[in-house]
Amino acid sequence: MLMTLPQQLLTIGVVVLATMATRFLPFLLFPAGKQTPPFVRYLGRVLPAAVFGMLVVYCFKGVSVTASPHGLPELIAVLVVVGLHLWKRQMLLSIAAGTVVYMVLLQVVF
Amino acid sequence: MFTESRKKALRAAFPHTVPIMAGFLFLGFTLGILMRTSGLPLWYPMVTSCLVYAGSAEFVTASLLLDAFRPLETFLMILMLNARHLFYGISMLDKYRDVKGFHKFYFIYGLSDETFSVNCSAEIPDGIDREWFYYYVTKLDRLYWFVGCTAGSLAGAVFPFPTEGLDFCMTAMFVVILIEQLSKKENIPSAVIGLAVSLLSLILFGANDFLLPAMLGILLILTVGQKPLDRYFLAASGTKADDSHPTDDSHPTDGSHATDDSHTKGADDVC
Repeated sequence: MLMTLPQQLLTIGVVVLATMATRFLPFLLFPAGKQTPPFVRYLGRVLPAAVFGMLVVYCFKGVSVTASPHGLPELIAVLVVVGLHLWKRQMLLSIAAGTVVYMVLLQVVF
Repeated sequence: MFTESRKKALRAAFPHTVPIMAGFLFLGFTLGILMRTSGLPLWYPMVTSCLVYAGSAEFVTASLLLDAFRPLETFLMILMLNARHLFYGISMLDKYRDVKGFHKFYFIYGLSDETFSVNCSAEIPDGIDREWFYYYVTKLDRLYWFVGCTAGSLAGAVFPFPTEGLDFCMTAMFVVILIEQLSKKENIPSAVIGLAVSLLSLILFGANDFLLPAMLGILLILTVGQKPLDRYFLAASGTKADDSHPTDDSHPTDGSHATDDSHTKGADDVC
């Protein structure tokens, strides 16, 4: 563990605070009938896709393309997820299959 | 007191939550196993599933908890990740207007992607108490998530396989959500901005320090490019600026709704 217990508790507290800010703010800031600022609405339109793009990169931050196995297990498993999801469009299936493929690749093949 | 009207509301609410039950039990279970096998004992998923109750944020939290202590980055990341909830709230202002006291607090506290999608769009039959209907949808969804996470953590203690690579489930989840986003062409520019800025930041600043610059860079580009980006978005999605609510078609914790975008086209139409 890199964090001490108090630091972990504080981290969880920060996560709770940030999450609840997003849930409670509308009820505090925009009592019924008040217009939402245009910039806020714009962010609501474009932010989700940008954030999930960022999160995908975040998931791969530990992958090294220069050291063996050069990110090959990740690449193969992602291709499985993408292919399966475009084909079947079953979220849980795509996640489960991709994870199993990755685990097998990591534990048995590479 | 379990009155007749509460019973009727529960009976009406339950069928709406069945698809969510499947998704929450599966993903909660995965999160529980993941946390346990990465050294976070039972109380972590129990506490986060109760207090945070936001699927993707909890997966990210599990990974943040194993990293160095960076409260500012954590705050900004979770804020951006959950910013979509702002718009659920805005869409529910009217529906929850007459709800008072603890229920009001509870409904807002438990306004996850899935609970929103049901409470926003469900047609509640006449004769069913609306407040209790909302209550049971909120409550059941929270319960599924809690049970899934807790059971996963318990199972993680006796997990019979080597778990190396199990953390890929978070990657797979976000990849799937991104595919869902990209399948709507109005989302392509912002998804590319998110990917490109983060990748650039990762190359420039390295794995430990790339998040904060990436988030600031994304916000900066989205702000500077508001006019063209918004014009493209509105044209591509076929909505007008006035009646368009933000689209969010991601249901990070619920597979069954992953392709259901009924509430994304402008919550005004649905609610």
